[in-house]
Amino acid sequence: MRTIKRKTGMAAAVLGISALVLSGCGAAPEDGGGSGSAAASDYLGCIVSDSGGFDDQSFNESSFRGLTQAGKDLGFKPKSAESKANSDFATNLNGMMTANCNLTVTVGFLLGDATKAAAEANPDKHFAIVDFEYAEPIKNIKPIIYDTAQAAYLAGYTAAAQSKTGTVATFGGIKIPTVTIFMDGFADGVDKYNTDKNKDIKLLGWDKKKQDGTFTGDFEKQDKGKQVTKNFLDQGADVIMPVAGPVGKGAGAAVKAANASGKSAALVWVDSDGFLTAPDYKDVMLTSVIKTMDEAVEKVITEDKAGNFDSTAYVGTLENSGVALAPFHDFDSKVSDETKSELEALKAGIIDGSIKVESDSSPKS
Amino acid sequence: MSQSELSPGAPPPLHTNTIQDGQQSVWVKVTQGPGLVSVLAVFVALVLGGLLIAATDARVAETAGYLFSRPSDFFGALWAAGTDSYVSLFQGSIYNSNQGFAPFLETLTVSTPLICAGLGVALAFRAGLFNIGAQGQIIIGSIMAAYAGFAWHLPIGIHLLLVVIMGVVGGAIWGGLVGLLKARTGAHEVILTIMFNYVALYFLDFLLNTTAFQRPGETNPISPILDANAVFPALPGSRLHLGFVMAILLTILVAWILKRSTIGFEFRAVGINAAAARTAGVNVARSTILVMAIAGALAGAAGVAQVAGTEKVLTAGIAASLGFDAITVALLGRSTPWGTFFAGLLFGAFRAGAVTMQISTGTPIDIVLVVQSLIVLFIAAPPLVRAMFGLNRKPKNKPPKHAAPAPAAPASQGGGA
Repeated sequence: MRTIKRKTGMAAAVLGISALVLSGCGAAPEDGGGSGSAAASDYLGCIVSDSGGFDDQSFNESSFRGLTQAGKDLGFKPKSAESKANSDFATNLNGMMTANCNLTVTVGFLLGDATKAAAEANPDKHFAIVDFEYAEPIKNIKPIIYDTAQAAYLAGYTAAAQSKTGTVATFGGIKIPTVTIFMDGFADGVDKYNTDKNKDIKLLGWDKKKQDGTFTGDFEKQDKGKQVTKNFLDQGADVIMPVAGPVGKGAGAAVKAANASGKSAALVWVDSDGFLTAPDYKDVMLTSVIKTMDEAVEKVITEDKAGNFDSTAYVGTLENSGVALAPFHDFDSKVSDETKSELEALKAGIIDGSIKVESDSSPKS
Repeated sequence: MSQSELSPGAPPPLHTNTIQDGQQSVWVKVTQGPGLVSVLAVFVALVLGGLLIAATDARVAETAGYLFSRPSDFFGALWAAGTDSYVSLFQGSIYNSNQGFAPFLETLTVSTPLICAGLGVALAFRAGLFNIGAQGQIIIGSIMAAYAGFAWHLPIGIHLLLVVIMGVVGGAIWGGLVGLLKARTGAHEVILTIMFNYVALYFLDFLLNTTAFQRPGETNPISPILDANAVFPALPGSRLHLGFVMAILLTILVAWILKRSTIGFEFRAVGINAAAARTAGVNVARSTILVMAIAGALAGAAGVAQVAGTEKVLTAGIAASLGFDAITVALLGRSTPWGTFFAGLLFGAFRAGAVTMQISTGTPIDIVLVVQSLIVLFIAAPPLVRAMFGLNRKPKNKPPKHAAPAPAAPASQGGGA
């Protein structure tokens, strides 16, 4: 028994080594020069995630992308720390202070207290916090926040216009303002369609007045997203907007399954253009409500490096393209020209202030 | 030879291993003893972990492409990737030239809740109960402690004391309920504790969405910050707080309960053989309720260490994965109080060091956690290491096969017959 095992072990080892040998035949690069990127600089931008991690397909990921891009443009190698638990926040921020970061990006309201503490202990360092705003501004922290309801409003209007069953739905991951602001905007958009067209499209999963609705409980369990979506589909909804990061994939799976059995439902993605970032579901992707966090983070870092840091909140709106409705891609031919021109008008109305999109969760500043 | 013989605190071996003792050579004693095996375990884990880190390192991958034209590059990169990571692990958990021993204080801070919750799990193990419920007990303890901390405004001293009491009582109730249900109905404690974890978790989610638990004027699920009087005083310049002293005292207390007290004797008797204990006149039901309540209280203390020590607020992630890490800590510590204490320190060191490792070398945190798990795996399963180095000498006279001492002491089954 034992010898046989040894032999198989040997065989495996020989195989492995030969694989290594074969792959190791390349030529060595010339010495000198090194692989230093563009113009190395003393500036250092860093990022600390919340417990979602940098692969959360949501704000951690896009903020990280923004930092990486800024690093490429400005010639620094960003430092990053993923938090596995809330107790890691302070430790990770301390680590960044030790690493001498000029500007540290923190992601999410959970990091609010830890960022504030670090900012007060290190008044010469700069910080930017994504999706959170302090009641009292702090001079070395720049909040990056979004009036997401504006873009979600357009998505709600589109969804209502596209619904054949007369029912649309939305659900969230956890009931926090950055999630419910999507749902508020979506609800208002559906209402707007009903008022303008004298229709009665129903919205499942969110009651704006009561500020209550359907939540899966976290941003992880895709199964739950699938279950919730299936329930909505069974109740006749044919456009679903999951506001739950990766849980949205569960919704995508449920919609695909329903379409395979003859329905024609569609999905509205959030945060990024789902047609590009969740390509598995691109054939059911009506549109997406985009928050361009990567661009905002990049911009804040570029400004900071140029010495133009200030603590005024960056508020992403339709006007500055901080939030937007994604292109319809494959659905372009299915959305009528009438709807498209109405959306343009709505967008213009929101930008010039003639249409007010309000949410309890809208940025205060 | 049975593992239980190696661990001083585990239940006394039930079988006649002493027969073999006469035949043990010095060589066997050295190689089978815990000392060498532990050293080898750490060595194997470090080498394997180093290779894993190197495998994910960009520079190593690049140099592997021209291994044969300039092998020195490859091996240099391999060595650098492995050693850099471990050096930064050490710098983040024990000492570095910039901060002195500040990282070590951080290690103590991180290990505080792990030790408290680990003690709770270990104590229940010793009484034959698989307490998977530390997570829920921590959560309930945190809720009660945090509420007392931010909703009440009391003078210095009294406030902190009340916060600690509330947290401990919260945990004790949550654990004691499980004990009560098990004792009265016979429902299995594993199922009970797992489901109690969910109840606690979603109860916390619910509470954080009520205005009573939110900051005035905000709707984020995060509680107000605890009063200054309600938190453990911290050592200036670090996060180390008085909770660590609490952890030490609790370790001493648990050691005393198990070794010297009557109830501790009853716990162990029930753990080894409940039927025999009942025959001998031990009130098994009372003992079950009591041990779960004490285990819950210890986990509640871990919750206090979180809300009144490091976090100072209540959030949905207050317990992180502490309750489950505590199981590993208790197993690693072989369910003895001081074993758990040092296992908690080791875990704390890994946790604290991981941050520096991640930031300064760019090793992904998940790889860091994989390496840590490997180290724990090898330390916790000595027979595995002995087998790898061919040290598993079979005694000439095989001892009769015996049934494992059943759920009595899960930690002691590692070395089974």
